[in-house]
Amino acid sequence: MPAAYEVIIGLEVHVELHTTSKMFCACPNRFGAEPNTNTCPVCLGLPGSLPVFNKNALELALRAALALNCRVNRYSRFARKNYFYPDLPKAYQISQYEFPLAAHGQLAVYKNRELLRNVKIERLHLEEDAGKLLHDEGQAYSYVDYNRCGVPLVEIVTGPDLRSPEEARIFLETLRRTLLYTRISDCKMEEGSLRCDANISLRPWGSETLGQKVEIKNMNSFKAVQRGLEYEVKRQAEILDRGGRINQETRRWHEDKGMTDEMRSKEGEQDYRYFPEPDLPPVIVEDSLLTRIGTELPELPLPRYRRLLAEYGLTPYQAEIITGDRDLADFYEETVRIYYEPQKAANWLLGDVLKLFKQFPGAIKQSPFTPLHLAQLLKLVDGEQISGRTAKEVLEESFNSGKMPELIVREKSLGQISESHELEKVVDTVLRENGAAVRDYREGHKKAVTFLMGSVMKATGGKANPQLVIALLEEKLAKIGE
Amino acid sequence: MHLFTLTAVEAAQALQRREISSVQLVRDIYDRIDNVEPQVRGFISLLSREEALAAAENVDRMLKQGVSLSPLAGIPMALKDNICTNGIPTTCASLILKGYRPPYDAHVTTALREAGAILIGKSNMDEFAMGSSTENSAYHLTCNPWDLQRVPGGSSGGSAALVAAGEVFFALGSDTGGSIRQPASFCGVVGLKPTYGLVSRYGLIAFASSLDQIGPLTRDVQDCAYVLEIIAGHDPRDSTSVSREKERYTAYLGKEIKGQRVALPVECFGEGLEKEIKELVMGALAKCTEVGVSVYEASAPSTAYALPAYYLVAPAEASSNLARYDGIQYGLSIRSGSNLLDLYYATRSKGFGAEVKRRIMLGTYALSSGYYDAYYLKALKMRTLIRQEFESIFKDHDFIVTPTSPTVAFKIGEQKDDPLTMYLNDIYTITANLCGFPAISIPCGFVEGMPVGLQVIGRPFDEGRMLQFCYVLESLLGLKGRLAEMKLKEE
Amino acid sequence: MKISRKEVEHVAALARLAFSPEEVELFTRQFNDILDYINKLNEIDLEDVEPTSHVQPLHTVLREDEAVPGDSALLEAVLREAPETENGFFKVPPVID
Repeated sequence: MPAAYEVIIGLEVHVELHTTSKMFCACPNRFGAEPNTNTCPVCLGLPGSLPVFNKNALELALRAALALNCRVNRYSRFARKNYFYPDLPKAYQISQYEFPLAAHGQLAVYKNRELLRNVKIERLHLEEDAGKLLHDEGQAYSYVDYNRCGVPLVEIVTGPDLRSPEEARIFLETLRRTLLYTRISDCKMEEGSLRCDANISLRPWGSETLGQKVEIKNMNSFKAVQRGLEYEVKRQAEILDRGGRINQETRRWHEDKGMTDEMRSKEGEQDYRYFPEPDLPPVIVEDSLLTRIGTELPELPLPRYRRLLAEYGLTPYQAEIITGDRDLADFYEETVRIYYEPQKAANWLLGDVLKLFKQFPGAIKQSPFTPLHLAQLLKLVDGEQISGRTAKEVLEESFNSGKMPELIVREKSLGQISESHELEKVVDTVLRENGAAVRDYREGHKKAVTFLMGSVMKATGGKANPQLVIALLEEKLAKIGE
Repeated sequence: MHLFTLTAVEAAQALQRREISSVQLVRDIYDRIDNVEPQVRGFISLLSREEALAAAENVDRMLKQGVSLSPLAGIPMALKDNICTNGIPTTCASLILKGYRPPYDAHVTTALREAGAILIGKSNMDEFAMGSSTENSAYHLTCNPWDLQRVPGGSSGGSAALVAAGEVFFALGSDTGGSIRQPASFCGVVGLKPTYGLVSRYGLIAFASSLDQIGPLTRDVQDCAYVLEIIAGHDPRDSTSVSREKERYTAYLGKEIKGQRVALPVECFGEGLEKEIKELVMGALAKCTEVGVSVYEASAPSTAYALPAYYLVAPAEASSNLARYDGIQYGLSIRSGSNLLDLYYATRSKGFGAEVKRRIMLGTYALSSGYYDAYYLKALKMRTLIRQEFESIFKDHDFIVTPTSPTVAFKIGEQKDDPLTMYLNDIYTITANLCGFPAISIPCGFVEGMPVGLQVIGRPFDEGRMLQFCYVLESLLGLKGRLAEMKLKEE
Repeated sequence: MKISRKEVEHVAALARLAFSPEEVELFTRQFNDILDYINKLNEIDLEDVEPTSHVQPLHTVLREDEAVPGDSALLEAVLREAPETENGFFKVPPVID
């Protein structure tokens, strides 16, 4: 990266709220339906229809505001943002302008567990999503699907605080984790439920004034955000190096070509003619509501990470992975509550269990394998009722069927043989049938005991308690030698 | 006797007593329509006689079975053409919505349907309710039944004319700056603009959302109370619809008005008001004093600024509300161009009439970057001042009385090319819209054979007492339920 | 404040309305008459007055988050009104950004 300039980036992030119905009507908020089937007079903007605000959209937006440490405005209201576009059936978007729901937040961004920056959240406001316009290049028509129209969004605007494309990507990932954690959105960039535009400018190091900013759109993945901005840094630096001037414009990132091009210039900039939305009374957030939302807010990834380190003595690596996903962290803590061996639980969870979760099509919460299952499994191992190897089998079986580990062990007679008189019989038989190995042992080839051990395990179908087998073998072999 | 001469309540009572049938009423109404509609032209679209008769038969059957129906069951009526009717064209008298059939009913349409009222047709209006004469209809003029050379007022001119001509028993209109009251005044009928939020706007095609209200146009005050009772009430589909106990407006009728205090704002009786109209209004109030009402002069100097404020707020909201008519989803769509912008320009330029374009332009300008504070914001502040003045008058007065309009119905074409003069028609009526107050116009006499209206403005949600007051006043004036005397082709 | 022809043309473009030169001429004149009248508002000191955006004391009007599936009969009626559709989509001329 050219080091002659300081890079200044601010992001505008749109996040679809995970509600059941749309923002202003009862149509389902669902991705992937047949075109225009999730519509009604309200979200189609038919003449005479009127919006009614979804309570859950308000509560989720408030949750987002609190998760991002914003100050919630007691008074906020909707405004109309007027512009013509076929995906906007009323030709205005119901948004917020002068009085956003929340402002003045911040989100801490870490890289390799080191604080990179506290990024300011300038504002967080509610708005409705537009529909989708499909056009294939070279086609004589475009096609409009209004299913997404009226899906609730929050727009999150950061300060010009990010200092590199990588930082921008990490911020976005952190934001995504926070929003997933708080179950505000499913944050799928590929489905458009998380979208990000960026404002980027360069200035000579030490300069106090900001350079001319350029808006970049159409970056549809975390990787694209970083790549698109990296391209833009290079492009702008080259212009500045030549002594050129940066134009005020909006540019579009093309992932396939790996470049940005001009979408519209300043002259083409819109005059949105915002004014208060007369169809919706203002929103007043009472203290009681805010308190309730605050109480319901789950512990966020960062404080939880810190607590897991302190409370359970996990390694930073373990704590980071576990708190990276709220379901996984919940699973872990629930397991430890029933089975207080934090290190063992972590080892198992991050090893074999996580592997299975990753293969599982649904969310961790929906899996038939619960913390109760894991705790019971670990207790069986601890009580030497099954061997480590058997435990893995039981885990897989339990994961697939949802049966409790104890039941599986019982049904399949997988229990470890720890009764010494039972094992003695097997050991005696093995010693009797493997005269050669016994001889080897007695002649000083102590390794022969491993072979004999293997034979015992084989004879018991792996259920023999290995420590006990060794002890018995050594005892008997010694006796034979006398 | 012709049934169409009855008031809605008289007809309803005869129906409930089974002296007549709804089918008879509908037949009589259609005969009347055949007779006078070619002169009045109050309908934009008329349902077929068969359709209306089928609905009437249904009501008659239920009455026969002893089903308890609302007081207005079986009564023929009309809806202004900006009120959505499922499957029935709703055009706002605009080319841009020519033939448009909404896929759903407005709240008031449903309410009246459920009450058993019989929809006869959709009434003519100024395009998108912008105008004071119904001359801005893209389809045809409507004539004032009292004098066919004159306008019926507007924008609910069709509704007012149909009621005055006996073509329907009542009609609904919408009022953004006087669009129910002014045509009621011009046509000699009763017109009420309810408190903002009393009647759901769901399904009313918006002109200026913060000012629009639906209300009744009726032959007399009693009919008005009955219709209001049916259409008022909370509707969860309209966020500005107020949740409160349903009121029985009819229960107020016939009660004394002794002791009530009326304010006359001097600003509404000065320059620009025709002398004869002033005398009629004062005369009506003199009659009120005879039954124990006290009349006081009051002052509301800000009302002088109501019209400029209105002509910013209403066009601004309209410019946004009417942006959706872009030729993509419904209505007129001119697709001869090669791209989307061509479609927008061609459709909107052809689809909207001159007055609508003028207001869209004015509103777009008032909201545009750099002018918002100078225009729109100032208008919103003016709104605050006017409301404060009216509220202070309402502290020690029950009602404010003004003329409804500074003139009687003017000649067709007289003001057509002079928008500003046309706007002055609304001078007494717009304050109620800007403040959200209820206001009613009732006939108070005639000047040169043309009806004159008197306006009563009340406190928010005080419709009951306003109707009580007007009911008494109406009987004192002896002007109850008069139809326009029309020279007919044949009778 | 006077409005120029050029401003009228700009506003027309914002509103997606096309006018002939004669219409622009007429509009500019009528506009200025109306604005003269509206400028009466400048006679009053409104500095410390709160704007009224909503006349009612209502606030925070909410509905429960309950979904009702789309109505296929309604969609059919909606698509019937549309100037052009294809496979359930509304069809529009190409968008030129």
